[in-house]
Amino acid sequence: MSLLTSIAEMFGRAPGSKPDDSAYSEGARALHDAKRTKEGKKERVAAIKAERDLHPSHKWRNRRWASILIVNALFIVSFSWDIQLIEGSLSASRVVGFHFADLNASLQVMLAFKEILINLVIGTATVLLLWWLLGGRTFCSWVCPYHLLAELGEYIHLRLTSMKLVRDMAMHRGLRTVLYIVFAGLAFGSGYTVFEAISPVGILSRAMIYGPGLALIWVVVLLLFEVFFTRRAWCRYMCPIGLTYGMVGITSPVHVTYNLENCLHEGDCRAVCLVPHVLEVTKKGYALKEDVALGPDCTRCGLCVDICPTNSLTYDVMGLNKLL
Amino acid sequence: MTDAKTPPTKKPVTVRQLRERRQVLRSIGAGAGVIGAAMLGFFPVMKKWTERLRPPGGLLEDPFLAACIKCGQCVQVCPVEAIKLGDLDEGFGVGVPYIDARSQACDFSCDAVQCVLACPTGALSHDTDTKEQVHMGVARLSRPKACLARLGKGFKGPARGADHPGLHRYMEVDRWNPILISDHPYDLELCDLCVRECPIVGAITLERINLDPSDLRGTPVVFDKCVGCGMCEMICPVDPPAIVIDKRQPGEDA
Repeated sequence: MSLLTSIAEMFGRAPGSKPDDSAYSEGARALHDAKRTKEGKKERVAAIKAERDLHPSHKWRNRRWASILIVNALFIVSFSWDIQLIEGSLSASRVVGFHFADLNASLQVMLAFKEILINLVIGTATVLLLWWLLGGRTFCSWVCPYHLLAELGEYIHLRLTSMKLVRDMAMHRGLRTVLYIVFAGLAFGSGYTVFEAISPVGILSRAMIYGPGLALIWVVVLLLFEVFFTRRAWCRYMCPIGLTYGMVGITSPVHVTYNLENCLHEGDCRAVCLVPHVLEVTKKGYALKEDVALGPDCTRCGLCVDICPTNSLTYDVMGLNKLL
Repeated sequence: MTDAKTPPTKKPVTVRQLRERRQVLRSIGAGAGVIGAAMLGFFPVMKKWTERLRPPGGLLEDPFLAACIKCGQCVQVCPVEAIKLGDLDEGFGVGVPYIDARSQACDFSCDAVQCVLACPTGALSHDTDTKEQVHMGVARLSRPKACLARLGKGFKGPARGADHPGLHRYMEVDRWNPILISDHPYDLELCDLCVRECPIVGAITLERINLDPSDLRGTPVVFDKCVGCGMCEMICPVDPPAIVIDKRQPGEDA
């Protein structure tokens, strides 16, 4: 899968169908062929049966939850104990004196206000570099407080679907791109940061730091929608912040990387993934190469890394892994 | 159900196409819902449901709402916790800072304008260096008949009730730390609290109502130097206050 395709898929294009045999690299073809033989199939079926008794690890999920809690707790504690470690909220802050500004929030401000102060440039550049280094949408799953609530909502949603009480009403992923353009246009045209009025990240961050308010109603509405209608509706199909960070992560060195060799193609990873289109490559016969870095829409949450019984999905820092 | 004589012009819709169509419609509906919810923020702003006094250095209302990134750093630096953040009922004012002068005015306890320095976007204009340059609004004697000075009355006791949260830095008590207004009783022959506690020199004076020396009555007179910090509104002991701040309107100098 080329980078351009993965970018197009982030903006909403449907993943392509199974590639032609001629598209495989030599190594990938050998692996695909081996899996297609009778013995290969038998081995795979046996291995899938054997893995049923395995309990998935929660290593990365636990680390990630700790990260979300710690980062947000630092904001809260910094203000309530007045230790001036991280002043502000997730939309803009000063971390031990250095300006940080959320990329989507500052974009909205720049479009609406049409004047850019040096402080905001510094804050935006710092955060841009930080999240480029860490992997773009890594922000979503490792920092965003709404993500954590949405994971809880998703858990309830999945319980309800397994009980056949609700059905996941999937949407078109192009919706997020449309919303992104509409909100950018609204900010520029109206001169108000329209999106900030409903940004669950801003609302939650401020509610935790400065005290709860009526705005939390909107967050509750979103969560209820995700529980009863569409699985992870906001993070998957709507949030412009996710798309902003997704674009930052296009050339980022941090990835989850897929390795074809030991993959059993049973699809557990796609079942737990927030953005399963980035895991299309794990379907049988889809990988063009032996190692494939997942596309920029991946939030590097590690649920797939945790659940994969064969270590076919791993974190990878470009350059660094080869160096070590 | 096709007529045998005329060949069907359209292929029958497959289940998959039907599902995709529903998905697109559902997405359009959800998108419209999200945009609609965000656009509701226009109403409180357009109709001016809540006219808020903005912190020192604040731009005029429209550019202020555009420039504010809603981070609350100004809230964090204010030593008297005068700055609050707007809620859902303020539309695009969600997360935007304001000052409710009656409950806690800005008394410039920070000496400089800390909230301006904290602002990352210039919504609180960085052209503001001193408290005298601030122009949040201007004080107005809104209920002259209630004004104790105009009635020739003195004032005894704390200016505000025991449950009032208001803080003020009394230079004569503690140069560095603000204290509760309710912990600071007065004993005045003629009430001049709004003049006495005004942090801006020459913004407000108490003038005699007439030249008769036996007539104690006076009236507060507000001058151009008034920055609209709201200290007079907070300290005014009558309820509702006799003096209030009118927010700066477009066309008035910063």
